[in-house]
Amino acid sequence: MTLPLAGLSPNPVVDLEQMVEFPFMVNALWAGTIVAATAGAIGWFMVLRRQTFAGHTLSVIAFPGAAGATLAGLPLALGYFGACGLGALVLAAVSRPGGKPGGAGESAAIGTVQAFGLGLGYLFVVLYGGQLSSLEALLFGTFLGITTGQVQTLLWIALAVLLALAAIGRPLLFASVDGAVARAAGVPTRLLEFAFLLLLGLAVAATAEITGALLVFSLLVTPAASAQRLTARPGWGLALSVAIALLVTWVGLTIAFFSPYPVGFWVTSLSFGLYVLVRLGADTLGRATPRTALAAETT
Amino acid sequence: MDGAPAEGNRASAPKGRGTLTALRLTGAAVRRGARPIWSGVDLRIGQGEFVAVLGPNGAGKSTLLDVLLGLLPLSEGSATVLGERPGAARGRIGYLPQRRNFDAATRIRGREIVRLGLDGNRWGLPLPARLSPSNRRAEGRVEEMIELVGAGAYAQRPIGSLSGGEQQRLLIAQALVRRPRLLLLDEPLDSLDLSNQGAVSALVQRICKREGVTVLLVAHDVNPILPYLDRVVYFADGRCVEGPPREVIDGPTLSGLYRAPIEVLEASDGRLVVVGSPEPASHHGHHHGPANAR
Repeated sequence: MTLPLAGLSPNPVVDLEQMVEFPFMVNALWAGTIVAATAGAIGWFMVLRRQTFAGHTLSVIAFPGAAGATLAGLPLALGYFGACGLGALVLAAVSRPGGKPGGAGESAAIGTVQAFGLGLGYLFVVLYGGQLSSLEALLFGTFLGITTGQVQTLLWIALAVLLALAAIGRPLLFASVDGAVARAAGVPTRLLEFAFLLLLGLAVAATAEITGALLVFSLLVTPAASAQRLTARPGWGLALSVAIALLVTWVGLTIAFFSPYPVGFWVTSLSFGLYVLVRLGADTLGRATPRTALAAETT
Repeated sequence: MDGAPAEGNRASAPKGRGTLTALRLTGAAVRRGARPIWSGVDLRIGQGEFVAVLGPNGAGKSTLLDVLLGLLPLSEGSATVLGERPGAARGRIGYLPQRRNFDAATRIRGREIVRLGLDGNRWGLPLPARLSPSNRRAEGRVEEMIELVGAGAYAQRPIGSLSGGEQQRLLIAQALVRRPRLLLLDEPLDSLDLSNQGAVSALVQRICKREGVTVLLVAHDVNPILPYLDRVVYFADGRCVEGPPREVIDGPTLSGLYRAPIEVLEASDGRLVVVGSPEPASHHGHHHGPANAR
C-alpha cells in the first residue's frame, strides 16, 4: 500500500499531472471520492442517531465477510456487501423496537454480534491456511489496488444509497431526533430504523472495500462528528460532512503518493487532526460566549 | 382562586351544550398486554376546552393520549376524535409526549425541531426556500409559531444547549405548527421550575382561547393550571371522573373514585391540597401518609 517515493518538483501542477498519469491513482481518486461522499452523508445520520457502535460493528463484520469470500473463492465485493447486509438485518433484529438508539441493552447485544463476527473472521483466516496474504488489505484497505470495474460497482451502489437516503432523509431526521412525536405524526419509525441500518451496511461495505475494515471510521464518523460540531443546521451539516470526507481523502491520497507512508494512515490522521482542531475551536468559542442556557435554567 | 376564573367559560356553562364535540369516549376500556388500565370510561370534551388529565402515576393518563392518537386500540367501547376514529385525525392533532429533555449532544437547531413538526413526515427533500413558494410559506409558519411561544431569541441555537423551559416552548411551537384542532400535552410542566410552569400554563391557555384549540394537558400537579382550566378528567383505580375542576377535585368525588376517604383542602392562596390520596401509583386504594398536592 505504500508507494515508491515519487520525486516532488517545484511546480505543484506538474506533480498533480504526474500523479494522475497512473491509472491506479485515478481509480483510487474516483473510488475515494465515491466512498467519501457516501460515508460523509450516511455518517452524519449515524452520528446524529448515536449508532456509531452499530456502524463499528458492521465494519467489523465486513472482515469475516471478506475473509469468507476469499476462502470460498468468491468475489471480495460479494463478501463485503453480503456480510454487511446480513449484519444490518441482525442488528435490526436485536435492537429493541421503539427503543432509543444507543441504549444500554442494545449496545450489549450489538457488542455480542461484533465479537462473534470477529471470531468468524479469525476462523476463516485460519481455515485459509495462514497464507491469506491479503489479511492486511482486508483490515487496512487497498486504496491503490482498485480496478476500474470496482469503481463502477461502487458508483452504482453509492448512487443507490444516496438516492434512498435523499428519499427518506426528512422523516429519518424526524425519527432520529424526536422518535415519539414522529411516530405520532405517522412516520414509520421502525421501518426507517431498519432501512437506515441497511443503508449504513451498504455504505460500510463500500467504504471497507477501499479503506479496510478497521479504517472505515476515518470517513464514516470523524467527518460527521466534526460537521456536527461546526453547524446545527441539518443541510449544512450534511454538506460539510461530505466536504470534509472528500477533502481528507483527496489530500490523503495526494500526500501518500509523494510520501513513503500508507494512504490509510494519512486519511485517518488528517480527519483526526481536523476533528481535534474543530473541537478545540468550538470549545474556545463556547467559553467566549456566556453560558446563557445554564443561566436560564436557574432563573 | 376565589371566584374561579374558569367559572365563566363555555365549558362550565351548562355541560358542554351548544359546543361542538372534540372527542368522545363511550364505555371505553383499554389494556396494555394483559394488564387492564382503565374501563367504563365515558368522556365528552367540547371544542376549545382546556382540560387537565389528572391522577396518580400509572393510572392511565398517558394511555388516554395513546388511545386518542390511535397508537393503542380500545379493548371495549368506542372513541371519536374530531369526528373520526382515533388515528384518522392524526394530522389535526398536535402532540407533545412526556419526555426527558434533549441532551446537550443534540446538535440540531430549535427551529428545525419546530419545522419537523410541520412536514417532517414527508418523503423526499425540500427544495431551497429561494426556489419554492411552499417552502417559503412553511418557513413563515415556523417563524410565526416561534414568535407565538416567545422563543425568537434562542430558536437558532442547538436544542440540546437550551434550558428545560426553552425546550418546552419550542416543543409547544412544534405541536402547534400544523394548526391542530386538538393539542395533547403529556406533562409539559414536569421539568420546569415554578415560574416557568406558570408562564407555560398561561401560554397554553392563551393559545387555547385565541385559536380555539382543544387542549388536553396531562399534569402531575393541578395547581399551576387550576386558574385556566375548563374541565378536569381524573383517573384513579382503573376508572375516571370528569367535570369542572372544583366539582372533581373535591372530597366526596375523589373518595368515591379511590374508594377510600380523601379530603381536599384549600389553602388561603387558592391552591388545592388533596389529603390521603393513595400514593404512589397504587391501583388498590392503599392508604398512605398525608398531604399530597395532586
